[in-house]
Amino acid sequence: MTKNSKKLALTGGYAAAEALKQINPDVMAVYPITPQTPIIEVFSKFKSDGEVDTEVIHVESEHSAISACVGSSAAGARTVTATSSQGLALMNEILYIASGLRRPILMLVSARALAAPLNIHGDHSDVMGARDSGWVQIFCSTPQEVYDKTIVGMKLAEKVKLPVMVIMDGFNTSHSVENMEILEKEAVQKFVGEYSPEKYLLDIDNPVTFGPVALQNSYFEFRKDLSDAFDTVEGELEKIYEEYGHISGRSYKKIEKYKLEDAEKILVAMGSVGGTIKDAIDKLREDGEKVGLLEISLFRPFPYEEVKKALKDTKEVIVLDRNLAFGTKQVLASEISHSIGKKVKSVVYGLGGRDTFQKQIMDLVKGDNQSGYLL
Amino acid sequence: MNKELTKNLASGHSACAGCAFPTIVRTILGESDVPVVISNATGCLEVTSTLYPYTAWKVPYIHNAFENAAATISGVERAYKILKKKGKIKKEIKFVTFAGDGGTYDIGFQSLSGALERGHNFLYVCYDNGGYMNTGNQRSSATPFGAATETTPSGKMSFGKMEVRKNLMDIAAAHGVPYAAQANVAYLPDLKKKARKALETEGPTFLLVFSPCTNNWKFPTSQFVSIAKLATETNFWPLYEIEKGKYKINWATEKPKPVEEFLKTQGRFKHLFSEKNKPVIGQIQKMVDAEFRRLASLVE
Amino acid sequence: MEEGAIIQHDIKKAPKTGNWRYMKPEVDKEKCIGCATCVPFCPEAAIEMKRGQGQKKAKADIDYEYCKGCGVCAEVCPVKAIFMKK
Repeated sequence: MTKNSKKLALTGGYAAAEALKQINPDVMAVYPITPQTPIIEVFSKFKSDGEVDTEVIHVESEHSAISACVGSSAAGARTVTATSSQGLALMNEILYIASGLRRPILMLVSARALAAPLNIHGDHSDVMGARDSGWVQIFCSTPQEVYDKTIVGMKLAEKVKLPVMVIMDGFNTSHSVENMEILEKEAVQKFVGEYSPEKYLLDIDNPVTFGPVALQNSYFEFRKDLSDAFDTVEGELEKIYEEYGHISGRSYKKIEKYKLEDAEKILVAMGSVGGTIKDAIDKLREDGEKVGLLEISLFRPFPYEEVKKALKDTKEVIVLDRNLAFGTKQVLASEISHSIGKKVKSVVYGLGGRDTFQKQIMDLVKGDNQSGYLL
Repeated sequence: MNKELTKNLASGHSACAGCAFPTIVRTILGESDVPVVISNATGCLEVTSTLYPYTAWKVPYIHNAFENAAATISGVERAYKILKKKGKIKKEIKFVTFAGDGGTYDIGFQSLSGALERGHNFLYVCYDNGGYMNTGNQRSSATPFGAATETTPSGKMSFGKMEVRKNLMDIAAAHGVPYAAQANVAYLPDLKKKARKALETEGPTFLLVFSPCTNNWKFPTSQFVSIAKLATETNFWPLYEIEKGKYKINWATEKPKPVEEFLKTQGRFKHLFSEKNKPVIGQIQKMVDAEFRRLASLVE
Repeated sequence: MEEGAIIQHDIKKAPKTGNWRYMKPEVDKEKCIGCATCVPFCPEAAIEMKRGQGQKKAKADIDYEYCKGCGVCAEVCPVKAIFMKK
């Protein structure tokens, strides 16, 4: 608690809208999709009550949402959006263009299953589908983290000039209420500062062209430049997290550790399942099982070094993926085994909003579930 | 290089020799008294004017993708609205989107409709060359009935494109836009008048401009003006305006030339002059006459 | 490379499209009546009206650095003052 912050009980969706209100961006272009809708509904109320100045564009599809965002960002306006699942998939073509044009767009994602069959509930298949598109991806486990990382994400995007996705689990986080704390608007405004790009369309006296054609002799270099820029993200995020710690009392890292010091078995996961895993760990530790949790919060760019250090001498690593990749090792499991140069146990959980229970985690740790699924 | 004409789009672009759209772009933008910001869909204009490292655009310009030029300009226009309110932008600026017929009638149709419905203050210009020309002349919904393209070739079983061109003007007007007009690159005074009107009208405005393609309509590079003229003189491409739902025809003649005069100038219609396909020309003539009568009937 | 491939117009980088030509338009300055019909139709905006020495009226003058030799100017000229040469 800093001196004049406020305690509230908010869902993840509301917390996101609250953070966006305090950021007060210039433009938000959005299209509705469950479970993202609370974010844009609450924000639209802020707009109609005059609590934000944002130009909210209610477009006719997610493809146009991200397209309008690229336009407004290129024009020189601080730009945000939000989506889920099929909407994020529909945006896919333009995600690559947004990063290619170095547009610092902030996108909130209430992560949700991808059809078919259709499912409106939480999992990570949508954001996994966008993981190589040149967008920074930051995962949140709680509404408090959604609020904090929305603010951090806005500042990061504009610092590294790359688009950022702040991701919460659909329903598990977006629609679950938690006691949390928000800062004063002035503190947030000061923290994110003014958005003043160097080159922008509305700078009439210095005309620029966005989106030229680059052929065999130059395209490759542009893509490599983007990759080099992506490599600066980890360092910048650390600094911004630290700075945010000063004004909020909550400091975040790229990975979070829970009872890892003496752990012989370590579970690795992302998003809201962390809470269930921590409860399971507490119980297991009562039975003498030395187990800990490594939560990955920064997923793109992936923090290989930190993960390697955190897992270096553990005997057994169990990685939980809330996404099912076909014909290949699971995504997070592959990243983790790549970090430590060892095999890991890989298990898929929570697809399409399927609940994950403490007992399932305990059976997993005890080795009673070799199926690779928490069905 | 003509200084006056190249204030917005410079020379050095790589459009085919004898292409029509540079004239369309320069004529329309020449009518704006205030600075402009351009969004442009993927297409001939885009790829020939922004080939890295050279951009022929001397005004702010954004190409995003093929189907979202209208959505992109929507974002720019709203950014302008708020940044002006905040005092960060002082000047008055006009927003103009250029796209080909493929990028407008087909793949960009949804984002165009959204932008028109939302009432953004911008001018959308479609240079209509009747097909996907940048990709080598494939059929679009703007390709005329009976025209041969690489995807609707004439052959034993076919006389070219079997469907009638989509009537985009009525669809645009049906959005309740304050101003929409069909124009032709050969009629510059008319195009200028319509461009000025469109630019000065608050809210979304729409210009559909006839833009012959020497390469894929298969005619000599010197002919785009003559052929474009014939399109209107035969009523194949009437010149008219729809202002707040009211129709006005800008060019009419008692005795329009037969459409054959227009068709025979282009290789894409050559196959219609065979014995087997001759009746199709009659069909086209009937369609052209019927459409002109329909238009005339809509004029109060 | 420019960040985000965001580039600015620089005429020095313009390809000299004049080398596309295999036909060249020539203006007969006597016949040209200075009506400038050709000027806006030139796809390269390569035609300016210029007054030669001792001439009262400005006549069409072609910038061969950019002229692609398409022949549109010759076609639209109302007095056929422009003719195409190999």
